[in-house]
Amino acid sequence: MFEAILLTVITAATPLVVAALGELVTERAGVLNLGVEGMMIMGAVCAFAAAQLTGSPYIGIVAGIAGGALFSLLFGFLTLTLVTNQVATGLALTILGLGLSGQLGEAFVGKPGIKLPQIVFPYLSEIPFFGRVLFSQDLIFYLSIALIIGINWFLFKSRTGLKIRAIGDNHGSAHALGINVIRTRYLAVMFGGACAGLAGAQLSLVYTPQWVENMSAGRGWIALALVVFASWRPWRVLAGGYLFGAVTIGQLHAQAFGIGVPSQFLSALPYAATIVVLIIISHNRRTTLINTPASLGKPFVPDR
Amino acid sequence: MRIELQRRPKVSKLFSVLSPLMALVLTLIAGVIMFGLMGIDPIKAMDVYFVEPLTDIWSLHELAVKAAPLILIGVGLSICYRSNNWNIGAEGQFTIGAITGSILPVLYPNWHSWAILPLMMVMGAVGGALYAAIPALLKARFNTNEILTSLMLVYIAGLFLDWLVRGPWRDPKGYNFPVTTSFQPEAVLPEIISSGRAHWGFVFAIVAAVALWFMMRFMLKGFEVSVLGQSERAGRFAGFSGRRMIWFAMLLSGALAGLAGISEVSGSIGHLQPSISPGYGFTAIIVAFLGRLNPLGIIASGLVLALTYLGGEAAQLSIGISDKVSRVFQGLLLFFVLSCDTLIHYRIRLIFSGRPTTEGKS
Repeated sequence: MFEAILLTVITAATPLVVAALGELVTERAGVLNLGVEGMMIMGAVCAFAAAQLTGSPYIGIVAGIAGGALFSLLFGFLTLTLVTNQVATGLALTILGLGLSGQLGEAFVGKPGIKLPQIVFPYLSEIPFFGRVLFSQDLIFYLSIALIIGINWFLFKSRTGLKIRAIGDNHGSAHALGINVIRTRYLAVMFGGACAGLAGAQLSLVYTPQWVENMSAGRGWIALALVVFASWRPWRVLAGGYLFGAVTIGQLHAQAFGIGVPSQFLSALPYAATIVVLIIISHNRRTTLINTPASLGKPFVPDR
Repeated sequence: MRIELQRRPKVSKLFSVLSPLMALVLTLIAGVIMFGLMGIDPIKAMDVYFVEPLTDIWSLHELAVKAAPLILIGVGLSICYRSNNWNIGAEGQFTIGAITGSILPVLYPNWHSWAILPLMMVMGAVGGALYAAIPALLKARFNTNEILTSLMLVYIAGLFLDWLVRGPWRDPKGYNFPVTTSFQPEAVLPEIISSGRAHWGFVFAIVAAVALWFMMRFMLKGFEVSVLGQSERAGRFAGFSGRRMIWFAMLLSGALAGLAGISEVSGSIGHLQPSISPGYGFTAIIVAFLGRLNPLGIIASGLVLALTYLGGEAAQLSIGISDKVSRVFQGLLLFFVLSCDTLIHYRIRLIFSGRPTTEGKS
């Protein structure tokens, strides 16, 4: 029983963690991409379509990543090359993504999906209590853990990571030091898009293996809130993501048991929890100011 | 090839007017390509989509019905965005306005008085404003990001409406359909003229747009909005309070969204049901930007976006393409608007040599 609940919590948390990690890198480079929801749903539809057409869920994953990354390029071109307002452009990306995915996915509505198989590690998965939960999961879960470790190392221990953080904190100085701000930001945006696409692939290949319009259901926005919650630190994304996963699954179980509260109120819990968490994190202005990348959302035109 | 931006010494008046039009033309071109790829005769599709809806009285009325909420919400959002407050939860404020506005006809279906309609409108606007007060309070008091909170509240509002019409407010004689009782005739927003469905919501929209245009153009409050939006620091030196502006902008846009909600329900639907909006609150964001955040421009852009809804329905009926195409059109339109707006502040130069320009040039 406990094991089963933990498994579903992980499945619900993984897309949030993956999408939030991508957005974390983008925001560390000083770009606020509010289009996570749009990139995620594009990833979901691309992954589902590719898996259907080829019969392989792994090709689906690749297609999801590629779909999210390509779609984010649109955002990158507008905000980085044409210096448009990042908030508005991110919204545009979400609106377009929801529309486009609905149209692309129309042929796939109601088709039975292909579920991503589990990869079972021999011996490790037999460890009592947490072995089965941690070592007989699908590829995307393992990727999410690898991403956390990788990004944590990359951002805080590698040279490029230092450059990214420098750009995010002061793009003017970074430019003066000879760092190519625009190119680095393009890569950061595309990385965010790829992660959102992977998160989308998880939704349509693992979480509910089918295509339903608007199936991301606000998860992209929750991922954005998670980045704030995590104060731009990768490990805290993991904690926050699993907290939200637990809330989501908890309310589903409560609905199944019928505890006398209308199901709509329970369904609203993850969204309400997001608001509460944001209040708790943001109410201290000083810590928010210290943690937020200082150039976040600000336009940059290199002076020549 | 590279693209280089050069800041214009002055904001280009020409492109301020031209950029929304360019965006429209680009969207149409993208539409032709899209229909071509889908294997549909683009000329016919464009005709069905953007011309036919304008050719008879009935559909002109429908255009006004769809434009009313878009313009009402859009002008409120324009004040918000001008003042740098990013309320993107208008869809939720629309829903709550529809609910609070419907309290009287749902709970007192036998109250027949002329007073019910004005009361409903006021309650709708108040409901929308109160719902927008949540992100406003959180931003002003706790420094919480209003984009995320207002959006989360959209989902909560939708679920709340769903619960109401399936639970306590469901019509007992409604054959178990999740709808409330139909409003009494006194609670239905009347048509403007008898030739079609266009109701007074459209008049509200025009009045709101003109009033806010007047405010932005001639009143101190309008100046306050633009100063604080461009630089809160500069605004503080002028004695304006950024915190008070959060309240003003959010409550105003919430009230207009709420009014739009109850107008739509009372004038066009006639009862509450789980789904009362085809995404008006989000489309209004596009309306606001296409109108260049100018209330009068928003009247025009609201009509344009209303046409995409109508065209979508028409195209679904006559050439069998899905109405999702309209969402794609709307998204593309916003992209093109934002890109073309770059031309207002910058000159765009294409550089074909591979090497970056030398520093000495500027």
